[in-house]
Amino acid sequence: MRYVDEFRSRGAARHYADIIRQLTTRPWTIMEVCGGQTHTIVKTGIEELLPKEISLVHGPGCPVCVTPLEIIDKAIAIASRDDVIFTSFGDMVRVPGSSKDLLSVKASGGDLRIVYSPLDAVKIARQNPSKRVVFFAVGFETTAPANAMAVYQAKKLGLQNFSILCSHVLVPPAMEALLSSESNRVQAFLAPGHVCTVMGFEEYIPLAKKYRVPIVVTGFEPVDILQGIAMAVKQLEEGRAEVENEYTRSVRREGNVPAQQLIREIFEITNRKWRGIGEIPVSGLGIREEYAEFDAEKIFNVQNISADESKVCIAGVILRGLKKPHECPAFGTDCSPEHPLGAPMVSSEGACAAYYQYRRFSPELKEVREL
Amino acid sequence: MTANGATISNGPACPIPISEYPRILLAHGGGGKLSQQLIQKMFVPQFKNESLGLLHDGAVLRVEGDRIAFTTDSYVINPIFFPGGNIGELAINGTVNDLAMCGAIPRYLSVGFIIEEGFAMENLWRLVHSMQEAATYAGVVLVTGDTKVVDKGKGDQIFINTSGIGVIEKGVDIDPRRAAAGDAIIVSGNIAQHGIAIMSVREGLEFETTIKSDTAALNSLVHRMMATYRDIHVLRDPTRGGLASSLNEIADSAHVGIRISEENIPIAEDVKGACEIMGFDPLYVANEGKLIAFLPATKANEMLSVMKSHPQGKESQIIGEVVADHPGLVVMKTKIGGSRVVDMMSGEQLPRIC
Repeated sequence: MRYVDEFRSRGAARHYADIIRQLTTRPWTIMEVCGGQTHTIVKTGIEELLPKEISLVHGPGCPVCVTPLEIIDKAIAIASRDDVIFTSFGDMVRVPGSSKDLLSVKASGGDLRIVYSPLDAVKIARQNPSKRVVFFAVGFETTAPANAMAVYQAKKLGLQNFSILCSHVLVPPAMEALLSSESNRVQAFLAPGHVCTVMGFEEYIPLAKKYRVPIVVTGFEPVDILQGIAMAVKQLEEGRAEVENEYTRSVRREGNVPAQQLIREIFEITNRKWRGIGEIPVSGLGIREEYAEFDAEKIFNVQNISADESKVCIAGVILRGLKKPHECPAFGTDCSPEHPLGAPMVSSEGACAAYYQYRRFSPELKEVREL
Repeated sequence: MTANGATISNGPACPIPISEYPRILLAHGGGGKLSQQLIQKMFVPQFKNESLGLLHDGAVLRVEGDRIAFTTDSYVINPIFFPGGNIGELAINGTVNDLAMCGAIPRYLSVGFIIEEGFAMENLWRLVHSMQEAATYAGVVLVTGDTKVVDKGKGDQIFINTSGIGVIEKGVDIDPRRAAAGDAIIVSGNIAQHGIAIMSVREGLEFETTIKSDTAALNSLVHRMMATYRDIHVLRDPTRGGLASSLNEIADSAHVGIRISEENIPIAEDVKGACEIMGFDPLYVANEGKLIAFLPATKANEMLSVMKSHPQGKESQIIGEVVADHPGLVVMKTKIGGSRVVDMMSGEQLPRIC
């Protein structure tokens, strides 16, 4: 497959692994922000190719994982209504809420449909005028343009039976929250390539300067990630802290300007709770007052639902890169993909699920090899 | 209580063995971990007998000294007509293949139809016609059947159940527990075709070419393989749950480790592309006309060339080996030279956000 195979080739991977080995003189801790990158790292075994001085920690960039419990509970409350068709991306439907997940709502007779695009949800709303169609709009800046477009289209079409349950989050404030924390141990970032495809990377420049931390905008194939690590290590070794772009085949400095305009038209920046981390100021997107008629939270009056996290799950510590999944006492015992205690075990992009699925064999996890 | 003090096991005294799921989820039928749990915790302990519990594709029974394979399968696919086949053809091939995977020569099939009121007679005729064609090709006869019609809305157009009987020849001993260190693992061709063909139609995705289901009867290929080397250890058709789930089941049954190489797993380019777009791992996508064979590595190359000369095995590849290390685990060498565990599928594969 062209444009994919090149970035999964053993030769190119070895080339960058060699460069990293030559550059590295001391230990460095690098965080890949995006769950898609975590998935690639664990699935392809990239860490086996790195010198032991390089430690990768897995960041908070899994949209499924950071969606707060109470939003899941709100989704379940809405999806359980007889007059609702609830639409969602696939991996949200298995995330456990306080008592059940969306899939169980389906098993109990709820009309839950998995869609590939929020525009499909708009289509369902047009086809089912007697039902109220709700789309579960979660994600980072990557999914925001399509979700904004769905609301924009619904307004243009005069649809009165379409709304979105919105829990959008933003990457730069989360990185700043990590960097400003006393427990931070991240020395460089691989910034999320798809988020930057939409937003560009100018907003990362002040972060790199203020916290003296190299940030490399990186893609999602194994060779992308190895090249991103090589660029980050080079900066660290040379004492530089700049924003660089590894993912040039997709990311431009200014990003996708029309997409950004659309996001601003529909959404405004708001404070947002992150599952396992807590509230981060100005870290999310909410629906503007002018589009309140499309805000499912208001329409269905679920603003007051709140929920407490599992006491055992250390998702927050993992999402901040302070611990690795297998260091959690519940990992692989009380918590598994069949019975997840927290979201990182659910989503295929979640760090815990990735470790559970792909890493039980590796020596560092030998204590869980017997699972 | 009975006279000897035992509790009669009905009513509330007997707890449901799967307590964490009060209701059946789709994943309980998906061929992954929840399916396995249902079988192992609920069905096997209740129905247990000498022939059950092998977790084979069918049961092997002794009837007056001869060995007979017996299997059943229900087909509930939507859409019922899809690129490369239809539910009728699938119902014949699937049961034929389950028998062939026990090392049996498929002979007799039964057919049960559950039809939704209002189903077009013309479509039923097309299915029946196609089933007869598939049966003729596979050399089996449909000897008994049943038809039920349910109220409109109580079934999804048509469900078909087929059961089958086949005869196992002397010297054949196919059993998942026979996978042994030193075995080579061969897959008979490009994987993930069927699942992707179905998903593409369901999702309305169009590619440059139409991806077709690989539905096919494999008994003729198995026959050729047996003629080459009779003592094949394991055969399995990796249907629901895909290659990954089948390999895990075998590693588990035989308490052996399995190592495969990502580079050697045959996947067609268009299927690879579709998997990328839909966010699926082809290792977990269903096949309906492929088999995996375990046999001593010394016989692998000869077997491979025999398989490649058969129409159903042209793209065959040796994909890995059985090892004594890490029993129960399937480990894959990745393309870039790393390694990872290939787990059983957990739940259904779900399209990802981004």
